[in-house]
Amino acid sequence: MANIKELSARPDDLAPGHRLCGGCGASIAVRQVLMGRNDYDVVCCSATGCLEVSTTIYPDNAWNVPFIHNAFANAGATISGVEAAYKGLQRAGKIPADKKIKFVAFGGDGGTYDIGLQSLSGAMERGHDIVYVCYDNGAYMNTGIQRSSATPKGAWATTSEVGKVQQGKMEKRKDLTSIIAAHGVSYVAQACVGNWRDLVNKAEKAIAVDGPAFINVLAPCPRGWRIDSSQTAEICRKAVDSKFWPLFEVENGKWTLTPVREKNLIPVTEFLKPQGRFKHLFKPGNEALLEEIQQDVDDFWAYLEGRVEGSKNL
Amino acid sequence: MAEKEYFSATGNAMVADAMRQCAPDVMAAYPITPQTTIVEAYAKFVADGRVHTEYVPVESEHSALSACIGASAAGARVATATSSQGLTYMYEELHIASGMRLPIVMANANRAISAPINIHGDHSDIMGMRDSGWVMLFAENAQEAYDNTILAFKVAEDPNVLLPVCTALDGFVTTHAMDVCCKEDDETVKEFVGDYHPEFPLLDTDNPTGQGMFGTLGNYYMKTKLIERRANLAALEAFERYGAEWEKITGRPVKALDCYETDDADYIVVVIGSCAGNVRHKVKELRAQGKKVGLVRPRIFRPFPAQQLVEACKGAKAVAVLDRSDSLGAAHGPLALEVRSALQAAGEPILINDYIVGLGGADVTLEHVQQVFDQLEQRVEGTYDGALNYLGIEE
Repeated sequence: MANIKELSARPDDLAPGHRLCGGCGASIAVRQVLMGRNDYDVVCCSATGCLEVSTTIYPDNAWNVPFIHNAFANAGATISGVEAAYKGLQRAGKIPADKKIKFVAFGGDGGTYDIGLQSLSGAMERGHDIVYVCYDNGAYMNTGIQRSSATPKGAWATTSEVGKVQQGKMEKRKDLTSIIAAHGVSYVAQACVGNWRDLVNKAEKAIAVDGPAFINVLAPCPRGWRIDSSQTAEICRKAVDSKFWPLFEVENGKWTLTPVREKNLIPVTEFLKPQGRFKHLFKPGNEALLEEIQQDVDDFWAYLEGRVEGSKNL
Repeated sequence: MAEKEYFSATGNAMVADAMRQCAPDVMAAYPITPQTTIVEAYAKFVADGRVHTEYVPVESEHSALSACIGASAAGARVATATSSQGLTYMYEELHIASGMRLPIVMANANRAISAPINIHGDHSDIMGMRDSGWVMLFAENAQEAYDNTILAFKVAEDPNVLLPVCTALDGFVTTHAMDVCCKEDDETVKEFVGDYHPEFPLLDTDNPTGQGMFGTLGNYYMKTKLIERRANLAALEAFERYGAEWEKITGRPVKALDCYETDDADYIVVVIGSCAGNVRHKVKELRAQGKKVGLVRPRIFRPFPAQQLVEACKGAKAVAVLDRSDSLGAAHGPLALEVRSALQAAGEPILINDYIVGLGGADVTLEHVQQVFDQLEQRVEGTYDGALNYLGIEE
């Protein structure tokens, strides 16, 4: 992988001047992922969402690479079609046989975990040479912080409110990364925008793979998480160090988990506490809920260790 | 012109073969009765290496049209096929395909929509897309389904149109029944259809384009729709122009509005699709008895050939419209609304009788058509009121 000096010298595929908020994890995710394309030509796609509405306000367009937006539920199918056109046109001799193009789709957690899951599953199963990147900020941020199936347990959202009888979202978040891994595709990874080296490295692998690849990127939303826009990278590190957001890869079925060093390990409360969306959890009476969240984190880590162990001989 | 070779084939087989001859770069489709044999036949062409098409066997109709949109924006010639629930599942994508000005060709096997679930033919599905910006062609029989499908690519890719085109055929009666057909050879079709040269393909990575932009500022959205409206209207001229070229090659007439025995007709039935067969037969019978009756059949519904319809109906005493779907809550069915609007705008004071026919595959028999012609006479005599009538349903 190129070093940071070389990466920073590359032209931006997503130009400055777009209308995403300061500290938005989505634009960081896009820029870091596309740093991993190296010399490949790419065509990008986005599901409807913050990323799309903020970067493509006609007549402006922040994308310096070909870009298509179709609708909310279908980034997976849309990028499948673009890739199929490339194959069909190449077979017809209308695109030179040696012209290599890679296809990268972006969707938020609403467009990926929820409404776009079927479309994504189909695209992964059909074996298109595509990379799908989910920028997971844990809610429908574009429409005003409604809960999605990626919203963490205990988080406040405008459709999982905090009140006398409910303390935010009461259900566990969906483990989408494992769901995509279960499709048996060549490359699946989980990353975050706070660790650029890890993310660019994973993007490089995902883009280079011949076939479908998926990266689930934790991408904080300062507005929805109720954090300052300067805290994006820091809160990502806390997500990783608390094991709330494990960094892992599944390469041809083999699971690898990035360990958290003993000296860096923190309880999940240290990830939750700085975020306004979890502030009610720290009021008296919610101790059991905090314990439950810690238990979920520990259980998921143990599950991942099991996957690593179970696939070590592959 | 060489001697034509006639053979028997289903409408679906003819559509699949027309698509093969037009050589789309991508086909993305999902199976649904009674469209299934189109996608099956096409998948076999792919398996046999008879086409260069990249076939995308998607997991739903929503994804079928979504993938077609991606592929068409990328610069490919694209085809798909659907029916009924599948078409309704595509609904949001129908508008996106036309709004993005993508010349996708889609066959629709016209079928009832749930509930109650019913797999048989009517126009309930396809009339739901009539405001979506698509050009809509309706075949009377398998031969026309073939010809319309080839014309669909020409019309869709015409620089003045650049819109998706639906080539529709009635479920089972046309999709599955064997009919006497003939086709042109591959070279003839290839030459007629020509290559597709997209102006702004997404795959041109040296000249990046943004497609599907956020059109919220100023009046951009409304301006876009005005341009799209004009493009849709331009499809009528394109269909007639290419239809005339195709007619010259094939000897088969192609008219936006099929008019049968209308020149001196007092009583005219307006109908779309396969039901026209029985109406035509009845017109023949009644003409033999000296009755001045005729048939008018729009072969293109969007854009609607209003002027042609007015010309055809001029001088008639009464017109009956047979709608194969209803617009529940409206005073008339979708076709009747078009006919009334066209005649009213032209100041033609013709009496109009409304019928809803053949829903969910209900038969439209010669007896039914006789009743329709009888009631046209009764309307003029003042003994029938012409109010919307579910033909053949006893209350």
